[in-house]
Amino acid sequence: MIIHHPILGPRDAQEFVYLGDATLIDRPDGMNAGTEAFHDYAYNRDNPAGEHRELWYHEQGDRSWLVVTRNTVTHEITKVELARDVARAKGRSK
Amino acid sequence: MNQSHRIPGGQIDRTKVLRFTLDGVPYWGHPGDTLASALLANGVRLMGRSFKYHRPRGPLSAGSEEPNALVELRSGGRQEPNTRATVAELLDGLEAKSQNRWPSLRFDALAINDRLNAFFAAGFYYKTFMWPKSFWEKLYEPIIRRAAGLGSVSRQEDPDGYDKGFLHCDLLVIGAGPAGLMAALTAGRAGARVIVADEDFAFGGRLNAESFAVAGGAGADWSAGVVAELATLPNVRLMARTTVLGAFDHGIYSAVERVSDHVAVPAVGKPRQVLWRIYSGRAILAGGATERPIAFENNDRPGIMLAGALRAYANRWGVAVGERVAVFVNNDDGLRTASDLQAKGVDVVAVIDSREGGELLPGIRHLRGAEVIDTSGRLGLKAITVRQSDGRTEEIRVDALGVSGGWNPNVNIHSHHRSRPVWDNTISAFVPGADGPPGLLVAGAAAGVMSTHGALRTGRDAALAALESLGRKAAAIDLPEAEDAPVRITPLWHVAHGKGRAWIDQQNDVTVKDIKLAQQENFTSVEHLKRYTTLGMATDQGKTGNVIGLAVMAELTGRTIPETGTTIYRPPYTPVAMGALAGRSRGREFKPYRLTPSHHWAAEQGAVFVEVGNWLRTQWVPRADETEWRQSVDREVLATRRSVGICDVTTLGKIDIQGTDAGAFLDRVYANTFSTLPVGKCRYGLMLREDGIVFDDGTTARMGEHEYVMTTTTANAVTVFRHLEFCRQCLWPDLDVQLISTTEAWAQFSVAGPNARRLLAKIVDQDISDAAFPYMGAGNVTVCGGLRARLFRISFSGELAFEIAVPTRYGDALLREMLARGAEFDPVVYGTEALGVMRIEKGHVAGGELNGQSTALNMGLGKMVSRKKDSIGMVLSQREGLTDPDGYRLVGVKPVDPLGKLTAGSHFLEIGAASVVANDGGWLTSKVYSPHIGSDIALGYLKAGDRKIGSRMRAVNLVGGTDTEIEIVSPHFFDPDGERLRG
Amino acid sequence: MAEMLQAMTALGARSPAVVTIGPLTVTERFDIAFASVAARRGQMARLAKAAKAAKVPLPDPARYQGGTPYCAFWVAPEMWLVEAAFASHELIAAALKDALGDTASITEQTDAWVAFDLAAPDLSPLLERLCNVDFPGVPDGYATRTMLEHLGCYLVRLGPGAVRLYGPRSSAKSLLHALEVAAASAW
Repeated sequence: MIIHHPILGPRDAQEFVYLGDATLIDRPDGMNAGTEAFHDYAYNRDNPAGEHRELWYHEQGDRSWLVVTRNTVTHEITKVELARDVARAKGRSK
Repeated sequence: MNQSHRIPGGQIDRTKVLRFTLDGVPYWGHPGDTLASALLANGVRLMGRSFKYHRPRGPLSAGSEEPNALVELRSGGRQEPNTRATVAELLDGLEAKSQNRWPSLRFDALAINDRLNAFFAAGFYYKTFMWPKSFWEKLYEPIIRRAAGLGSVSRQEDPDGYDKGFLHCDLLVIGAGPAGLMAALTAGRAGARVIVADEDFAFGGRLNAESFAVAGGAGADWSAGVVAELATLPNVRLMARTTVLGAFDHGIYSAVERVSDHVAVPAVGKPRQVLWRIYSGRAILAGGATERPIAFENNDRPGIMLAGALRAYANRWGVAVGERVAVFVNNDDGLRTASDLQAKGVDVVAVIDSREGGELLPGIRHLRGAEVIDTSGRLGLKAITVRQSDGRTEEIRVDALGVSGGWNPNVNIHSHHRSRPVWDNTISAFVPGADGPPGLLVAGAAAGVMSTHGALRTGRDAALAALESLGRKAAAIDLPEAEDAPVRITPLWHVAHGKGRAWIDQQNDVTVKDIKLAQQENFTSVEHLKRYTTLGMATDQGKTGNVIGLAVMAELTGRTIPETGTTIYRPPYTPVAMGALAGRSRGREFKPYRLTPSHHWAAEQGAVFVEVGNWLRTQWVPRADETEWRQSVDREVLATRRSVGICDVTTLGKIDIQGTDAGAFLDRVYANTFSTLPVGKCRYGLMLREDGIVFDDGTTARMGEHEYVMTTTTANAVTVFRHLEFCRQCLWPDLDVQLISTTEAWAQFSVAGPNARRLLAKIVDQDISDAAFPYMGAGNVTVCGGLRARLFRISFSGELAFEIAVPTRYGDALLREMLARGAEFDPVVYGTEALGVMRIEKGHVAGGELNGQSTALNMGLGKMVSRKKDSIGMVLSQREGLTDPDGYRLVGVKPVDPLGKLTAGSHFLEIGAASVVANDGGWLTSKVYSPHIGSDIALGYLKAGDRKIGSRMRAVNLVGGTDTEIEIVSPHFFDPDGERLRG
Repeated sequence: MAEMLQAMTALGARSPAVVTIGPLTVTERFDIAFASVAARRGQMARLAKAAKAAKVPLPDPARYQGGTPYCAFWVAPEMWLVEAAFASHELIAAALKDALGDTASITEQTDAWVAFDLAAPDLSPLLERLCNVDFPGVPDGYATRTMLEHLGCYLVRLGPGAVRLYGPRSSAKSLLHALEVAAASAW
């Protein structure tokens, strides 16, 4: 697969490490959320046949974490964003 | 022997002679020949035995679709089984051997299988070798393996190298026939970066095999002219002997280039083959079409081949396969074979045309509405039996028969993303479907456009469309004049006659009867049909047999062919050598090595090295009088504990963490707290995964207000760094933290033992007394008169110990300097074994305990998990299941009898308890011999182990057959109060 | 500096290696000092200003920029590897800290890498056997991280026949071996 890196352009997916569902960005606050919320965060995933937002790490590149929107059936990639931007857009900060 | 069947013409160089052997018999041919064409020129039709029935077989085709003519090439380490003689380029001195026969090709003992064919129908193995079950492994499987199968491997190491590489292009053209060449010319002239790959050693595709004109001259001359022009274009790369194997995502294709297969021995340093990964903007599949046979009784004799192959041998290689030739067709294209051979002066005795109407060939006996119903000739075709339209049968003496059942477009690569080909009634064949790989266009016969004019036109147009979609402009070049004959075919899949066997898949010996049997037993879906009969398996993947097989199934089930469908097409298009897939990664070059700064010193001493990931670490350093590894390890441990030992610990991961929020960041990634750590101190850190399991550990030092140095285990250096980047970018994107690995930048040595400080005082320029550099101190120092260095007072061994780091280039010299200046302390350099002994004596966790299943509580480190702050894994580490007071706890283990042996992996059992899972109390994670204790010792996870200290149990290893009485002790075997390391 | 301790090259010798395989010359560069420069959060503008004053180039993504005394290439968002002559800048990290102050995190990287200069009339046939960089298709001054024989390396294109390759120092031998094998295969 080819991932169109927002900064570096098309790069072979072989350079990346796959992590999984981009909801891993939505980590609850450990001082407020309880075991239930963390259990949900750590274990529960959708497994869609179709569009999926997922985290890829450009390990053999610029070390950016990316959110890649990929169709799991066709492998078509429709969007690639810097995970840091996605996290900030979700209100994550410090 | 004379080249009895060589006729004039063809694209071979008759001025040169190439000598070769088949089964030791010498023959000769010319450059431009394949092994098959040369053998046929020498009058050899018999080239192999079939897979199951050991039937005599000759080539069916003249290309990579060949099911029969599989041979072993070369000998010794270069022996290569299952090579298709039809594509093996002839070379001087080539040794070829036939396969699957014993004792000889002409007389094969297992040809008895052919007589016993009634037993060997489809499903025979499934039904026969079911019971008794115990017979399978010892009896049935070895027999079947010996009887069946293809070539053999040499079992010697392949002396040749293989390579891999990466290519980039705007347009990849797959196949260099008329369509591919026209596409390449169009795109090449427009300046696009073009790669043209063709599996053949000669470009031109079918133009080399046909007699008709292109642009008023021979087709082969036209293609040679185009190739000559393409060769002058710097933006075009011509890759002959290169098979595109598969289509992968987003324009990536794989291809294997046979760089040296056509020479006896590769040139020095040159690979035999190169596996290429090709990145393309667009690709055009111009892979042509494959002719299919018609099934009739005994249609597999040597001398019976595809009509197109028969004329390819005549036109391209100057070979008349037979002296008396007939042709059996259901379409017009097959008639070309009759006219081409006749023009070459070969005696064409009959054309058997299953159709009633159609054009008559002048001067040839043309039997219309007729069928071949049987053949004879044990080792090669002698006669055919023809049933004429009025039902009369006639035997016609021939030694070659060309069969044409129509042509199948080579849709394979277009179907590699599960696109299903669609049925085209006008040519009675499957053509590429609509949902092929994005960016892949199809042209020429691969697209079902069967005329030369059509190939040229669609090749050009596909290139124009591809370039336009890439935003490039290209000029439409004029098409050369070429034939544009329509396809006229009336499908005939198999001849209904008698009870004999009519072959569909010659490679797997699948006959019409087998298809019928599969249908009777309800294996009617194509995927079931394939598995039940083996139709379409093995090296040729059914390139000639699949479509007629499923057409017969369609007939039997009353479905249409498109309703019956095709099996899934998968890469590779043709078989690939394992060596090509491995590339350079084999033997000692399987992976790169990482060498430590002390490697050269250690190698000089004759050290034994161990692979830890890619690192080569010193395992122990034997002395001349030591004959057994334990002697060296015990000595290293005792010398360290007695005086001082030095160990290269460079392999531990080192991560530089800076920024104004570095402390806050560490508080979140470590279970314990680091923001409160004073500058100039270090602390042991425990890192959890979000699920509460321990991920990694190590010491982290605060080198400045906003500057920390983290160490990780050797094994997790990469994954910890990745995890930290995840935390930094995805979880807390606004923290001011910057990370960089410094693992390789610093050579780091542990200096441990009662004399560690005295030795280092001779090296370090600053005061390192206990007052100036207390336990867990850390800081920048200089050594040997001013070289920048880092010093950490940390201990893995339990001794007074420091870790000293200098820029890597000085590491070797520092080690030598420490040994020289500290000579009075008789320092020892110890390896990973002694390191392991000392850490287990001290009760420190490492690989066996950091096993990805264990919690801080299991390790006796539960109190380290701070609940005053949020950190990765904190919440889930407190889950009920992970905080069970009866859960596993780290304990020490000693055998009651000091001579008793312990084995890592043994299980804890109560004395007297049965050795069953229900009584399992946990397991021993790490074991060493402790020269300090004087016996084996071990660490282990024992249920409620913290409450069992002092009790006696058993360590049982049912695999190794050991059962040892043990005492459960504290994991801190050595200096439990830590007086030595604070000394 | 530190005359007491003699430096050893990444290939385990006292002086850097020069290896010739066909048209290819591989020259080990033992005379370069490196440090990483990463902007502190929100400090990019100040860093750019300080870097300009100190003649530290901070090139765009995927670019290398030469200069005196500092050259640099981009490695990650707001992060660069800066190089200078080892003889004058062995203490490159300290020098950059002085120049850039608290605008950046600076880490010595000199011995994290082995640097090889590759020279041949055209390096494409070599590099296409080693890594997925579209070497003929990228401009001079292109800098990228890439996998080369399982090793994460930085590759800087200085010209069609000139590349500087930075590989992990501990694998210098394996990397050189890969270059030699690929060169024999290519030419």
